[in-house]
Amino acid sequence: MSSASIDMSSVSSGAVLGDGPRVVDFIALLKPRVMSLVVFTGFAGVMLAPGHLHPLLATVAILCIAVAAGASGAINMWYDRDMDAGMNRTRNRPLPAGRMNPADALGFGVVLAVAAVTVMGLAVNYVAAALLVLAICFYVFVYTIWLKRRTPQNIVIGGASGAFPPMIGWAAVSGDVSPASLALFVIIFMWTPPHFWALSLYRCGDYARVGVPMMPVVAGARETRKLVLLYTAVLVPLTLAPFWLGVTGIAYASAALVLGMIFLGLALRLWVTATDAAAKAMFSYSILYLFALFAAMLADASTATWMTS
Amino acid sequence: MTRNANGMDDQHKRQRSRNLALGGVLLALVALFYFITIVRMGGH
Repeated sequence: MSSASIDMSSVSSGAVLGDGPRVVDFIALLKPRVMSLVVFTGFAGVMLAPGHLHPLLATVAILCIAVAAGASGAINMWYDRDMDAGMNRTRNRPLPAGRMNPADALGFGVVLAVAAVTVMGLAVNYVAAALLVLAICFYVFVYTIWLKRRTPQNIVIGGASGAFPPMIGWAAVSGDVSPASLALFVIIFMWTPPHFWALSLYRCGDYARVGVPMMPVVAGARETRKLVLLYTAVLVPLTLAPFWLGVTGIAYASAALVLGMIFLGLALRLWVTATDAAAKAMFSYSILYLFALFAAMLADASTATWMTS
Repeated sequence: MTRNANGMDDQHKRQRSRNLALGGVLLALVALFYFITIVRMGGH
């Protein structure tokens, strides 16, 4: 705890240790690992939407989604720098490690967020730009500043920010919000709680130490495992929505069912065995699951397009 | 501050790599805006 206190004091004073930030520190602020999922689901939204968008503008739209996600991550790291210093998983980030001035991180995030929204509005369309603003504001103000330190429902409501990318990608092409793009939103929205709670089950000590009211800290591991199972059971039938709405065919529906049954099986195993290993397996599979679901949607939709052309 | 073989201290080395990265980003943006303008003016 004492090392965390030392880190926090140097961090809040803005003192930078060593020779200043490296380029890789600025890249680390963008949370590149989170970005890969954001880019992929945004890409899926672009590809699944009806209509046509020039490939360059489609690339710009995905780039804007990625940059906005990175910018939100940078602002989040600026706000949470005191907390990050107390957690093993995050204490080596550029701000808690003292390699970067907090004001630089905030400026970097704000400039990137403004740039991403401006370019999206000018190059693609204003609906996609407005959704991008909503996603950034949701992540920064609703999740990071308002909910994260106050309620165990933080990632349930705040998770909406991570669900926006396919909807934004869709709006970039079609210029609107439709039931089908809302279905993609709902899938990620419902996937987020079991994904994060599985992680927090074996990182519980970290969150408790810095006072983040994650579900296992507040309600206990047993209640969290029950909620993981409950959310997973609701999520699996919801993943069939793109099929019912005509976005994809039976191939996707079959893949979603098989993938969902495995996810449900892991949630059941976690409920029964109550081990860290089961929580880790659930967390690892959750990432693969979301990638695979959207990959299946893309494969199904492109096969259908190819067969009808 | 430590000096490397080229006589450049680490702080300047990091500053230089940051400047190069920023220059690269600015050049990429110029190219991007050029192509966006071409596409927007041509197709819509």
